[in-house]
Amino acid sequence: MAEAVVFYVFGAIAVIGSALMITRRNPVSSAWSLVIVMVCLAALFVALSATFVAAMQIIVYAGAVMVLFLFVVMLLNLSEEELGKPKVTGIKILGIIVSVGFLVELIAMSLRAPAETGGLVEGFGQIIPIARLLFTTYLLPFEITSVILLAAIVGAVVLAQRKREKK
Amino acid sequence: MITLNHYLVLSGILFTVGAVGVVARRNTIVIFMSIELMLNAANLAMVAASRALGDMGGHVFVLMVMAVAAAEAGVGLAIILMIYRIRGTVNADDMNLLKW
Amino acid sequence: MTVEYTSWLWLIPFFPLLGTLVNGIVGSKLPRQVVSLIACGSIFLSFLVSVFYATIKLPRVEGGEVLINVVYTWLSSGNLVARAAFQFDRLSMVMSLVVTGVGFLIHVYSIGYMGHDPGYARYFTYLNLFAGAMLILVLGANLPVMFIGWEGVGLCSYLLIGFWFEDNEKASAGKKAFIVNRIGDFGFLIGIFSLFFFLGKVDFVGMQHAIERGGKDVLTGGWFSLGALGTPMVVTVICLCLFLGATGKSAQLPLYVWLPDAMAGPTPVSALIHAATMVTAGVYMVARLNFLFALSSTACLVVATVGGLTAIYSATIALTQNDIKKVLAYSTVSQLGYMFVGVGVMAYSAGIFHLMTHAFFKALLFLGSGSVIHAMGGEQDMRKMGGLKKHMPITYWTFLIATIAISGIFPFSGFFSKDEILWKAWANGYQFIWAICWVGAGITAFYMFRLVFMTFYGECRADEETKHHLHESPASMTIPLVILAILSVVGGWVGVPAILGGSNRIERYIEPVFEAAAPVLAGLPEHSHGEEWLFVLLSLGIAGAGIYLSWYMYRARTELPGKMAEAVPPLYKLSLNKYYVDEIYDAAVVKPILNTSDYFLWRFFDTWIVDGLVNGMANLFKNVLGEGLRRLQSGVVNSYAVYFLLGALLVLGYMLWWS
Repeated sequence: MAEAVVFYVFGAIAVIGSALMITRRNPVSSAWSLVIVMVCLAALFVALSATFVAAMQIIVYAGAVMVLFLFVVMLLNLSEEELGKPKVTGIKILGIIVSVGFLVELIAMSLRAPAETGGLVEGFGQIIPIARLLFTTYLLPFEITSVILLAAIVGAVVLAQRKREKK
Repeated sequence: MITLNHYLVLSGILFTVGAVGVVARRNTIVIFMSIELMLNAANLAMVAASRALGDMGGHVFVLMVMAVAAAEAGVGLAIILMIYRIRGTVNADDMNLLKW
Repeated sequence: MTVEYTSWLWLIPFFPLLGTLVNGIVGSKLPRQVVSLIACGSIFLSFLVSVFYATIKLPRVEGGEVLINVVYTWLSSGNLVARAAFQFDRLSMVMSLVVTGVGFLIHVYSIGYMGHDPGYARYFTYLNLFAGAMLILVLGANLPVMFIGWEGVGLCSYLLIGFWFEDNEKASAGKKAFIVNRIGDFGFLIGIFSLFFFLGKVDFVGMQHAIERGGKDVLTGGWFSLGALGTPMVVTVICLCLFLGATGKSAQLPLYVWLPDAMAGPTPVSALIHAATMVTAGVYMVARLNFLFALSSTACLVVATVGGLTAIYSATIALTQNDIKKVLAYSTVSQLGYMFVGVGVMAYSAGIFHLMTHAFFKALLFLGSGSVIHAMGGEQDMRKMGGLKKHMPITYWTFLIATIAISGIFPFSGFFSKDEILWKAWANGYQFIWAICWVGAGITAFYMFRLVFMTFYGECRADEETKHHLHESPASMTIPLVILAILSVVGGWVGVPAILGGSNRIERYIEPVFEAAAPVLAGLPEHSHGEEWLFVLLSLGIAGAGIYLSWYMYRARTELPGKMAEAVPPLYKLSLNKYYVDEIYDAAVVKPILNTSDYFLWRFFDTWIVDGLVNGMANLFKNVLGEGLRRLQSGVVNSYAVYFLLGALLVLGYMLWWS
């Protein structure tokens, strides 16, 4: 019962937030809407007993990635005319149609999944099972992820610095 | 009863909205945000499935996705900043050097 | 039939072809004497080899049958085996001797006639090529090799008729010859294919064996039904197809129209190709395939009828022609008709005999007319000639001998051969054909003597300048005339029939080749010697009547021809204009084909459909696919995302609902 309420309420807010995100002209508004979506998703994660992932969602996604987005948006500081006027082009119509079709297919796929949910082990979604998996079975992806992060850091620093004056 | 199917449908809706955003918006940053939304939808689907199957591997994978998404966001936004510096615009329509 | 193998037959066609090669490549740089030496020498060598084979080699073969010389295996594909092989039996002996002998004389004659022509080397190249191809034709041991020769002589005919090609009319005459021949060749090819289909063999010896071993039943079976006309035998259809080829090559109805136009070529060419040799190829072909024709009485009847009708038809045209060469051309068509009557009534040796004697006197007639034209400075209209016998005695006397021979007067050669044909036509049961040939003989005598009287007798109607230049031709031209005249007299003496005390050597000599016809002929009723004498007298009588009438109209009362022409203008005009056949063919056949080719095939089919297809394909790739697809590269990232989605959509759809 409680799960149903949580699902429907937070699900609706997430959908509305996503809709807002793609329709707002001001990129700051879009960013904030996305933050709302992420928070709702975190709530849904909690409802799914994925407590650690929910925490990570808030800390990493909403707290770091979205803040980064906001930084960049405000750094660019686009004026009204720079933002441009909305245009309706053929490719947009096609894209929307394709997306709707895609949605239909996704729903069709989703409805085919088996509905029963099995029982959960002790400590499902807690940090200990995750850690156990992360450092044994999925050790290699873990290490590689760290390399990816390193590459991202280096790349971002190199890309974003201003040109040095030639001495 | 909220079953796996419900979560999958919700994930699908969010994914589609993100796809529409990628298609319909011209502001590169907003396109980027739509991509993040799509990634989140995938995460949701994965967590829901992990719950249904009782396998924690889904959560681990979600963590990986988040890490990669963060890395990608960092580098991508840096690139957008560079493009703004050079071209003066973040409008996707103006970045059409690959046009026929 | 015994077959022996020999090794040197190929030399006979080889020498002239070698002459062609040499004269063709370096001839224009060699002095004229060398060119003529090469050309005439090569043919003379062929003649010697033919004589060698005829007198020494052939009689040594047991039973005197066949000698075969296989050069190499040409076609060998499945059941079809055609070797490049030459065959020498009595029939080809006669043919090759005639071709090389008369050919040699004409080559010598050409030295004088074409002496001033700038295309001297080219002329002799073509003439040698013709001789080589003709020899391949008569010596071929199978139908494909014969067909090569067939086509080769057709080609040379085209080249030589249109020798002076700068004149459009002459070039067109060459084209006409080739194209009309082609129609006949189509029939010939169908015949060859059908023969192979039914008998499995294309060489003459092999075909005869196949027929003996049961091929006869295949051939005499019915082929396809023609409804009310019944079901013809296979062999009838094949023979008629082959005969179509013969009508084309030998200028019979309905494909004779090219021969009169062929007179546009140099006169020695007319003599060699269109009198003595090429046009006889059709007769040779029927004679060679006698074992086929003997199986089908329908085909024989058709051959004889066409021959007879052609004979009298073209004789009536020759009556009114004013060009000396045209008279001789129609006369040739007519005499070829006689030859076909001969082989059609299954008197094969008579037909070949007439072929031989005709080669002598017709070549002589043409060469003599060439001499006249040469003296007249190129004038060919008989109305402008006359009284030439004082100026050109040798030409006159040889010409007269040839005319008497062609009219069939005893004891010249034409009498024996033509009379033999007429007698056999009656004796073998073709009385109606005898009748039309008999009338034709009279007309022949009439118009030939008309020619002689108009050209050589009376007052000279040429203008003053031409009269001054009238002279006898040089020795290179008159010596062949004399030789041919001698042959025209004595050539018939090999075929003196029994009733006149002779032993008809030539018939008995060639007869073994035609053994297939023997069973059919044996079934015919016997005729008495008295009957034969009657017909001899009838032939002589009508010839004499023709000559007398001609003398009466053209010597005694020379105003008569003009009055007669005025009395019946439609008849006269019909004959003078050759029954308007050329105009009819032009309107009925040529124009529709030209129009179809132009408006339908070219303007519609080629331009719209063929070009349309090609251009359309190119257009498809360039405009539709190229231009269209490149618009996908818009440079805008959003559209690329749409394409991703589209792809994912399709793949998902496939996975969901199809598999």
